[in-house]
Amino acid sequence: MMHNHKNESVFVSGDEAVALGVRLSRPHVISAYPITPQTIVVERLSEMVEDGSLVARYIHVESEHSAMSAAMGASSVGARAFTATSSQGLLYMAEGLHYASGGRMPIVMMNANRSLALPWSIFGDHRDSMSMLDSGWIQVYVEDAQEALDMTIQAYRIAEDSSVLTPLMINLDGFILTHTYELVEVPPQEEVDSYLPPFSTPNKMSLEDPKSMGFSTSPADNMEFKYQQHKAMMDSREVIKQADKEYAEIFGRSYNGLIDCYQCDNAEYILVTAGSVTGTARVAVDSMRSKGIKAGVLRIRFMRPFPEQEVRNTLAGAASYGVLDKDISFGYEGTMFTNVNSALSGTAHIPRGINFIGGLGGRDISVQDIEEMFEALRLCPAHDYTEYRKNRIRFVNMGVSIHE
Amino acid sequence: MNNKRITVKNMTDKEYFFGHKACAGCGGSLAVRLALKVFGDRTFAALPAGCMSAVGFIYPQMAFLNNAIISTFPGTGSMLSGMRAGLDALGIKDTHVVGFAGDGGTADIGLQALSGAIDREEKIIYICYDNEAYMNTGVQKSSLTPYGARTTTSPAGENLPGSVMHKKNLFEIVAAHDIAYAATASVGYPQDYLNKLSKAALVEGTSYIHIYATCPTGWGTPTETSVSLAKEAVDSGLWYLAEYENGEFTLNRRPKEFFPVKEHLLKQGRFKHLKDSDIRIIEEARDKKWKRMLEHWK
Amino acid sequence: MDKPELKNFTKPESIKDYPVGPSFSGGHLVSVNSGWRTFKPVVALDTCTGCYRCYLVCPDGVIVKTEAGKVAVDYDFCKGCGVCAHECPFDAIEMVKEDLQK
Repeated sequence: MMHNHKNESVFVSGDEAVALGVRLSRPHVISAYPITPQTIVVERLSEMVEDGSLVARYIHVESEHSAMSAAMGASSVGARAFTATSSQGLLYMAEGLHYASGGRMPIVMMNANRSLALPWSIFGDHRDSMSMLDSGWIQVYVEDAQEALDMTIQAYRIAEDSSVLTPLMINLDGFILTHTYELVEVPPQEEVDSYLPPFSTPNKMSLEDPKSMGFSTSPADNMEFKYQQHKAMMDSREVIKQADKEYAEIFGRSYNGLIDCYQCDNAEYILVTAGSVTGTARVAVDSMRSKGIKAGVLRIRFMRPFPEQEVRNTLAGAASYGVLDKDISFGYEGTMFTNVNSALSGTAHIPRGINFIGGLGGRDISVQDIEEMFEALRLCPAHDYTEYRKNRIRFVNMGVSIHE
Repeated sequence: MNNKRITVKNMTDKEYFFGHKACAGCGGSLAVRLALKVFGDRTFAALPAGCMSAVGFIYPQMAFLNNAIISTFPGTGSMLSGMRAGLDALGIKDTHVVGFAGDGGTADIGLQALSGAIDREEKIIYICYDNEAYMNTGVQKSSLTPYGARTTTSPAGENLPGSVMHKKNLFEIVAAHDIAYAATASVGYPQDYLNKLSKAALVEGTSYIHIYATCPTGWGTPTETSVSLAKEAVDSGLWYLAEYENGEFTLNRRPKEFFPVKEHLLKQGRFKHLKDSDIRIIEEARDKKWKRMLEHWK
Repeated sequence: MDKPELKNFTKPESIKDYPVGPSFSGGHLVSVNSGWRTFKPVVALDTCTGCYRCYLVCPDGVIVKTEAGKVAVDYDFCKGCGVCAHECPFDAIEMVKEDLQK
């Protein structure tokens, strides 16, 4: 791999790393509306526009719905657009999320993962973005500030690929990533420029070829457009891998595509995670391994497109697996768990899985909590089936007894 | 852009909104047609859910000759801002960015985004074609439905006279932003509308035109009276032609005496049930409004 | 009159022939509106003064200014609303029932 030597190292928060990534991606239009814990992104971008280090139109919108509508307006005339939100804001723009993906507008948005009201909480979990899983956006969950910056640049490359033309949401755990300072390498602008070509799309209004956009269809045509959306998202899997590979060649950092595994090769017990909790899980894996227990962690980076094959290949040989969801679909189970189980269905040997629901509303998840998950994974293959099914969904680190 | 007065004699022969599926006699489609003839080829239009988007973009029949997009229902103002910002950032010059939204899309669900767009003072033109109810969904009451109008959600019966609320004063709400240019118009006074469109085209900041647009389907009126009825609404004082510029309101038309309200209203199916007491309420509201306008407006 | 031409359109056979997303060329007309009409406007050329009031107020833009300084009607797209006849200051347009013309 070719490592460049012109990188600048800066000590920044996850939010600031995203802002730096946005600047390097040269968007034409930024639509901004504040919401904790995303706000720092749009604050930094406004400063960059003010000092001239970022040449872009900065629109102060009056709501998240308008943030997405403005981004779509920009995208519809062929401009590269960025916006950012979190939690309630993401839900308020829900109509726009489906609209942008249906319109094949490759907008990039940062989402600071935060709990949903009620009760109110500004702290992190994944219930906001997971509830938008069906909105047709590519969804990536990053683990640290460096990945946040790198993925912001890769996001435009992936979303704007002519076979993809699908918007992309970069998810950062609220506070844990958005507000934590880390040393981040900032690549030089000219190398980003060589990696990320200017935005071009056939799907735009122009004076040479006036377009009617966002049209309506009868039942005779609607499914074809929906099929195209699905196909583009499925095709994006290869584009994501290629974008990662080329990024590694130029910048020396790779994230292994759709999933990121730690000690999974010969692991008997694998915990599936997303986002920042993965670091804690790796420490727990090391601890389990030091006791001779073959533990591993599979970090899902992309929830859409879902890394079905990678998940299946990694988990199929395990004795059992756990899925740590910072989310729950009330009345069933965590959304990642449902997706992982679906990926495994139909394989010859399906290991037993346990769903750990944790971290809701910012509840801490410690190394010890994760060690206990691995202990549970060790025990579950031996349980009788009824007993196993009864305890398949487990709430981690509850502050009170829930056995009434 | 030239300053020459656009009239029916010199306007372009190009039809930019043609072959659409609006109802026969639709006032809204006339408002859109005339506006695009003034604004021309370099127009980028956004239309939220509503009659004109529903009738203009039915794949594969595309009725707009210029660039156009259906916007989110609440997001016309912000989508226009995004389009303007994008065009400017890409260096695409001498363009008009124009919104065409109905009364519901403007005064109800789209008001927040419209307010934001005016506040940003961008060079966009927003046209509200006001047919006084949610017509595209089958005639439901909006905040611009006048007192006494029967709609499918404000039925007239023994207990209620149709809508019990008066029309929201959107023109002055818009003007209160200290917008660069705002005007009211009527499809019954097309030359006055053309003059205001031409003015809006030259404004550097944001402009807003609120045009009264007949809906034969929703109002229960003969299709051929769409223009004469919209003229009569102005002549009876139930609508008015005005402008807001440089912080001042101007009345463009002051009828010496009003056309009889009762005669005007009873031509419309939506008002057929009105009692004389209801008509008095409508006249009193009109007189109050005109007293204020005549006192304070130029 | 300067308006889009009526085009022949056949439904795509392959998904590859669909537009990328709901985005299509503007002014793409594949069907006419003449079937909506019960009455059609007929212009009396000897009475028409060429004032173009009808041209101005037609919601569908189907009134055509002719070289002779009069008007004609694009019957493919006229919906027969009758605004032109109602607004004509010279009573030069008559609304005639369609079936009587056949």
